[in-house]
Amino acid sequence: MTLSPRQGTLVVVSTFCVALLLTILPLPDWAQMLRPQWYTLVLIYWVLALPQRVGVAVGWITGILVDVLSGTLLGQHALSLALIAYIVFEMHLRIRLFPLWQQSLTILILLLLEKLISLWVIGAVAQPAPPLTYWVPPLVGMLLWPWIYIVLRDLRRKFQVS
Amino acid sequence: MIVDHRQHHLESVRSVLSTVTYPLQYAANLPLSIGHWASETFATRSRLQNENRSLHKENLLLQGRQQKLAALEAENMRLRDLLDSSFKIGDRVLIAELIAVDMDPYRQLVLLNKGSSSGIFKGQPVLHANAVMGQVIHVNRFTSSVLMITDASHALPIQVNRNGLRTVAIGSGRINELELPNLPNNADIEIGDLLVTSGLGGRFPSGYPVATVTSIAREPGEPFARIKAQPSAHLDRAREALLVWTLTPPEQIDTSAEQETEPETQADTATEPATEDAQ
Repeated sequence: MTLSPRQGTLVVVSTFCVALLLTILPLPDWAQMLRPQWYTLVLIYWVLALPQRVGVAVGWITGILVDVLSGTLLGQHALSLALIAYIVFEMHLRIRLFPLWQQSLTILILLLLEKLISLWVIGAVAQPAPPLTYWVPPLVGMLLWPWIYIVLRDLRRKFQVS
Repeated sequence: MIVDHRQHHLESVRSVLSTVTYPLQYAANLPLSIGHWASETFATRSRLQNENRSLHKENLLLQGRQQKLAALEAENMRLRDLLDSSFKIGDRVLIAELIAVDMDPYRQLVLLNKGSSSGIFKGQPVLHANAVMGQVIHVNRFTSSVLMITDASHALPIQVNRNGLRTVAIGSGRINELELPNLPNNADIEIGDLLVTSGLGGRFPSGYPVATVTSIAREPGEPFARIKAQPSAHLDRAREALLVWTLTPPEQIDTSAEQETEPETQADTATEPATEDAQ
């Protein structure tokens, strides 16, 4: 028994909005470099849960919005998020079966991959390379994944998004 | 697509998308602006009186200095007239507030709450209480992003105020440090020297303070001295920024007339950031 597809879309879009909001929310200096990639985590969840509705295109659009919000080169996050969405889409059947801790490790690799692609783009346009703290957000994201997974799963069940 | 962006064809796309994301930025800024609003609304009488008194004092001081400045300016113009050299007439400024959102953590970018609807253009210099802060790099409808002078990809033509030695200040990526990599070991520069804009790039007006030299390391084996300077503007604590129009670009001429009134109406709010700096 599902609700109208429009309401499901609303839930998905609003979670993305919250993720983007968390991305630009001002934080103290020490916490800024710990900020996880909220948008990637939410994207991975929705591709895992609804691969038939959320895919590469959604990842690309989210990436463009992130680029605009954070003032990076237009296309930098779009490229990496589209790739992440594609990989998750290919593997969603397998990742779904993993226990949570194993999922977290997979997520860590995906998040690192996203950062790596961003770094590659930064290098390609000859911007200065970021310091080592650049690699911290994926670790934070990995630790956050179980909670994000549970919260979003409950949300999905409550609103019966499918 | 990235190549396209490097040739700046996607500037309009970005500004359209920025309008779409403006509500998000507005929402992110909301807690802080509510906090400021609340602290202004519920300020105690004595605090307001204190502030009023200190502002009054500040105003007197500034007016006193202004008198001297007017005389000096007239004299300067007369002398330049004698020399037959060109001089700049005054600058026009517009005050914009920073929107409290975090952008790319590894670049020194801030967002201002004035955009192309206020006549802001790309490359416009941004000041903070008479010290250079940065320049506008993206203009959107309601917002504009500013690249600070300390960003690692920013270079600013400057000169030493004491002797007119010209060089380039390059951002270090840290918010309170500039580097002067192009000065030879025997250059006449000392710790504490004030660096001002030289106006050579044609982008920044000349004569605005930029930074003070904090450390000089002269290594005999190296061709250049390692010189570091600290920006005069409190880049990490700024709440307001001044947008300057000096060299009026051709497309801005028609809009500049209608904005002539705007800076005046906001002039009374301008005293507030100035006192915060003085204290």
